[in-house]
Amino acid sequence: MESREQVIRKIEEMAGRMRRNALEMASVAGVGSTHFGGGMSMVEITATLYGQIMNLDPADPEWADRDRFILSKGHSVLGYYTALAEVGYISQEELLQYGQHGSFLHGHAIMNREKGIEFSNGSLGMGLALGIGVAVSGIKQEKNYRVYVLLGDGECNEGSVWEAAMAAPNYKLNNLVAIIDRNNFQQTGANQDIMSLGDAAAKWKAFGWETAEVDGHNVGEMYDVLSQESSDEKPLAIIAHTIKGKGFSFSENNNEFHHAALSKDHYETGLQEISEK
Amino acid sequence: MELKKSQIKMWSRLGTRAAYGLGILELSKKIDNLMVLTGDTSTSAGLDRFKKKFPDRYLEVGIAEQNMMGIAAGLSSEGFKVITSTFSPFQTLRCCERIKVNVGYMNHKVCMVGLASGIALSTLGYTHCSIEDISIMRSIPGITILSPADCGETVKATAAALGHNGSVYIRITGETRDCQVYDENYDFKIGKAVTLKEGSDVTIFATGTMVKESLLASERLSEMGISASVVNMHTIKPIDKEAIQKACETTKLIVSAEEHNMLGGLGSAISEYKSTITGAPPQLFIGLPDAYGKAGNYDSLLKGFGLTAEGIFEKIASKIKN
Repeated sequence: MESREQVIRKIEEMAGRMRRNALEMASVAGVGSTHFGGGMSMVEITATLYGQIMNLDPADPEWADRDRFILSKGHSVLGYYTALAEVGYISQEELLQYGQHGSFLHGHAIMNREKGIEFSNGSLGMGLALGIGVAVSGIKQEKNYRVYVLLGDGECNEGSVWEAAMAAPNYKLNNLVAIIDRNNFQQTGANQDIMSLGDAAAKWKAFGWETAEVDGHNVGEMYDVLSQESSDEKPLAIIAHTIKGKGFSFSENNNEFHHAALSKDHYETGLQEISEK
Repeated sequence: MELKKSQIKMWSRLGTRAAYGLGILELSKKIDNLMVLTGDTSTSAGLDRFKKKFPDRYLEVGIAEQNMMGIAAGLSSEGFKVITSTFSPFQTLRCCERIKVNVGYMNHKVCMVGLASGIALSTLGYTHCSIEDISIMRSIPGITILSPADCGETVKATAAALGHNGSVYIRITGETRDCQVYDENYDFKIGKAVTLKEGSDVTIFATGTMVKESLLASERLSEMGISASVVNMHTIKPIDKEAIQKACETTKLIVSAEEHNMLGGLGSAISEYKSTITGAPPQLFIGLPDAYGKAGNYDSLLKGFGLTAEGIFEKIASKIKN
């Protein structure tokens, strides 16, 4: 059996490969641009989920007992498709066809169960309600799967997030985990300037959730919180403090990379920075 | 689903909403993976008995219709047959984008039931009226639209929707009073209009509450020597093209009658197809004006808009005279 340290090292290596692939995808997309910043802030979250935590069988993508992941912040596909590729839902060749005519990988994920994409998303504020439906189904059908929904902190501007946040504890959905990628930015600026989420953990707690706050780039912290046993009857909200554009000097905390085309210089700088890690 | 005469009679006394709730209770005996969701509207939907009898098949979502549609899609994606119901404006416009993305785009099958559509709740003002729902729902790909004519047909439409391989919006019109069109069992097939009366001068395509009124209007027309077909267009999408084709070939005037904005509803659906038929007869649109009017008593407003047997008769007679 692998030690915790080995597991963490493995996830960190996976995150590194995901960023490398994301750089390639952004480069392939060219002037088509990608949501680079939000994709990079979530890499350690999806690496931990797909690399270690979730029970999945890519050979049997509709396996009834699989854990479910829903990318509610649907634009952040760079941190999603690269994880699906790591575990075998998507081939490397398919990944690098991203955004090209005829590819099934677009700027917002389109439902494709065969390829591990549970739902279509893109319009913000919709993923958590879908997750509730899946979680209610799991309880009614006495399944042991867990449902993970990844939301953005900017996405939490949407009132529909809070309709769902209110409902989940009412249904005692201890098989539901909401992860908030708290990267402190949204499309046109800082979250605190556009529409501040304030004390995110306090808000989710007040809605009746079990809450935890972690460094979303610290794989050990992510792994530990996601490995915990479920509470008896509360859903879990994890506030993952992250850095938008994480991993590259040109994009970290630089909101110009919310949705941007990568220049040749950025690509080469990115490659160099990855090789130095 | 076959209706017994006794059921038709009983449901007709209760009104369309209560008939819907009791119909679900009946249908649930045969469907073991049914989930019924409401937005704090179990009483309005006649679902209190269902809620008590099958608590594990009922999910209260509270006053959060968008959330209801997301949860419904999630349940549907796991194999449940899902029904949502709330008042029509909240079932459609309030959660329109949810229906687009979660139901239409992802093709998750949900049966959505819009209660008290049209202007049945006109004493509550236009917040509670629904004159836009057909138009809105018609433009979302993949959604069938049913608009039953009476209580028995409401139950038949619900049964058909649950057996249908796709999402359905059921538009319930009228209030608690006798609106009975059918007094015995008949075939209800999604997409297949029902000719209630054959005629050679005019074809009236009616839907919802306007079916009964159009039948009565046709009797008045008959007294004047005008022979009118009356067709119950219980399915608005997909529209029954054959029925329109036949009407264009056999009658000289097409009439659409609906308790909905004249823009975007049944009349529009008919005219869209009719415009492809060379030499098709003209169309008289009977419906609600494209305006938010004054609140008021339902019957008085229907009368004012000419959405009664008398009003329909007068509009058709006047059109033919001129």
